[in-house]
Amino acid sequence: MNKIWIIIKREYVTRVRNKTFLLSTFLFPLLMFALIFGGAFIGANGTEQRKIAVNDQSGLYRNNFKDGSSVAFGYPDAVTRDNYKDKGFEGILIVYSADQQKADSVRLYTEKQLGLSTDEAIKNQIQKINENRLLMERGVTRNTLDSIKQLSESKDALNYRSYQVRGAEVKEDNKKLAIVIGYISGFIIYIVLFIYGAAVMRGVMEEKTNRIAEVMVSSVKPFQLMLGKIIGIAAVGLTQLFLWIILIFILSSLSSLFISPEVLEEAQKMNESMPSMASNNTMALSFLEGKTVLFNSVNWALVIPCFIFYFLFGYLFYASLFAAVGSVVNEDPQEAQSLMLPITLPIVLGIFIMINAVQNPGGSLAFWGSVIPFTSPIVMMSRIPFGVPWWQLGISMISLIIGFLFTTWLSAKIYRTGILLYGKKVTLKEMAKWAFRKA
Amino acid sequence: MSTILEIKNLKKYFSSQKAVDDISFSIEKGSIFGLLGPNGAGKTTLIRMITGIFYPDAGSIQLNGKKFDPVTDVINIGYMPEERGLYKKMKVGEQAMYLAQLKGMRKQEAFAQVKLWFEKFEMQSWWNKKVEDLSKGMSQKLQFVTTVLHEPKLVILDEPFSGLDPVNSNLIKDEIYNLAQKGTTIIFSTHRMEQVEEICDHIVLVNKGHKILDGTVREIKQQFKQHIFTAEVDQLPSALEHNSFSIVKKEGNNLTVKINDGFKSNDVLMHFINQQSGIVAYHEILPSLNEIFIRLVEGTPTARQFEAIPA
Repeated sequence: MNKIWIIIKREYVTRVRNKTFLLSTFLFPLLMFALIFGGAFIGANGTEQRKIAVNDQSGLYRNNFKDGSSVAFGYPDAVTRDNYKDKGFEGILIVYSADQQKADSVRLYTEKQLGLSTDEAIKNQIQKINENRLLMERGVTRNTLDSIKQLSESKDALNYRSYQVRGAEVKEDNKKLAIVIGYISGFIIYIVLFIYGAAVMRGVMEEKTNRIAEVMVSSVKPFQLMLGKIIGIAAVGLTQLFLWIILIFILSSLSSLFISPEVLEEAQKMNESMPSMASNNTMALSFLEGKTVLFNSVNWALVIPCFIFYFLFGYLFYASLFAAVGSVVNEDPQEAQSLMLPITLPIVLGIFIMINAVQNPGGSLAFWGSVIPFTSPIVMMSRIPFGVPWWQLGISMISLIIGFLFTTWLSAKIYRTGILLYGKKVTLKEMAKWAFRKA
Repeated sequence: MSTILEIKNLKKYFSSQKAVDDISFSIEKGSIFGLLGPNGAGKTTLIRMITGIFYPDAGSIQLNGKKFDPVTDVINIGYMPEERGLYKKMKVGEQAMYLAQLKGMRKQEAFAQVKLWFEKFEMQSWWNKKVEDLSKGMSQKLQFVTTVLHEPKLVILDEPFSGLDPVNSNLIKDEIYNLAQKGTTIIFSTHRMEQVEEICDHIVLVNKGHKILDGTVREIKQQFKQHIFTAEVDQLPSALEHNSFSIVKKEGNNLTVKINDGFKSNDVLMHFINQQSGIVAYHEILPSLNEIFIRLVEGTPTARQFEAIPA
């Protein structure tokens, strides 16, 4: 036990003292913020407004289109598909039908493609205009129409909230926030599995290629060496996580000083044009709304301990497998790549299930993904903000712990043989043979 | 002298090879023991069992009269493997301290020992250097220090001189003698027979997983002598031939002769004396270990073939 402690200490100290550790610790949160807020800013400031000429042969739509942040409409005379560019427009919308009773055929021609959502928005506008026209034809006056519209759009007219019922407890649902938290924690665990898993593998490879492995195993058992390395790197990971949390907290307080929520809201409004930005802005917005909402509507007392649990055990589950791969690799990194595939595949699969799970946290894919230890650290973390039944959480955690014990036991046997083997290329079949043979 | 290590009927089979097949020998305390054998003979496997890295399939290892326990006996053994190395990014001093502590030494104790050895090898100034900055010879010295600094009772050195210049070679050789004098037992594994002849008291030769030779260097040379003598005479006798010997080589007044069966070395001398030749020098040529090694190992293929082992 004492020896494992000495190994842990060395693994921890040499890594934390390393410059790359400091660099990645401080750069990662900065990068994340740059991505989130930078995206929001680009969304807010950088969108081009496309000018669309309207050639309305029916006369029904003229001057009825509303300009949005992504499109503006103009009504020049005698505009055709041949001359709209000369008149300074980027697209032309032609309404063909002259018969007011029939469905209008409307065609939009642009040289540069508009986004799907912009297209939809134009279609919606046309529908709305039609709707208004039809209502007025039935005798509704313009005034009534305006007042109805005003009423229905005002916040007082509708107070909609969704709740989640669990036994006697009724909890306010905040789906948007839950999605954001689910996403972020799932992604962090995904990244952690790769970064620290690879660190374990590289550490083992280093021991092997430096030829120190045999010196070491004459003093300590291979299992102690492997476990010491895995725990040491886990401690490095937890340190880094802790520093990230502090940094993110500081940065998010700072960023709310520099960016007003109005800017972000503005950015969100025009998301129709750039759907990819939507999630970013939602995230950024959630961060800032965070001051009030974040702390009330999310069960942090559950999310944080669970995050630490899945962070740690997810890592432990995979780390020993990475160690086993590292132990059989010789100098050739290509070799490592191909042997790593069976490990990285379930991790990547986890991310795909996670993306599905945040949309449908109660579904059976989400359930199985969050119970089977190969994907559970990533998938379960994305479900927890939505609330997960205790028994599912229990099964998931227990199976992850059992899985961790199993992979460690398995890897230890591969590691023991692999680390002393030089110059020989090892196949997966041979590794399996080592893992399952007796003694 | 008492026995420090006793190995009985040790076996280790791998799926494709009988790496060590029923080997027994014992080593006396304070001796320098040579473990010899061609590549792939099973030396490394044997050593790995003695150091507790491998468990034997059968047989027993007794260290200091007790059954060898890989966990508690770590402190009693210092092993410098042939495939050796150090953590490149670590500082020299830290590296030595780390390995000493892993052997079970306490920190202060380790520090004192490391300092002592660093002074002995004039390595004090290296303490804060990184291992990757050391030359091959330097890191070899460091490796040797880390092998012996916990004062093990049994030191196992696999090709300790490879990559060392003659000066550093001698430094380590002297230290090996020193350790042996203080009662440390040394197992020395190498292919370099001239070093074995120079250093070792007792040798064991293994080939194909079997022990094929066991004894002191003197005994073995006696065992393999071919009754060849050189004689230098002031003048060659008129009747050179005699049925007590046959001439192997003749160079001026120097003769190399092989004594025929049924005769003694003095019979040759008598012949020369009777022939009025003055004897200037007369001595026996014993085979070198190298010759014995080659003679014994010859005939076995250079690369060991894989053999099927019935489960």
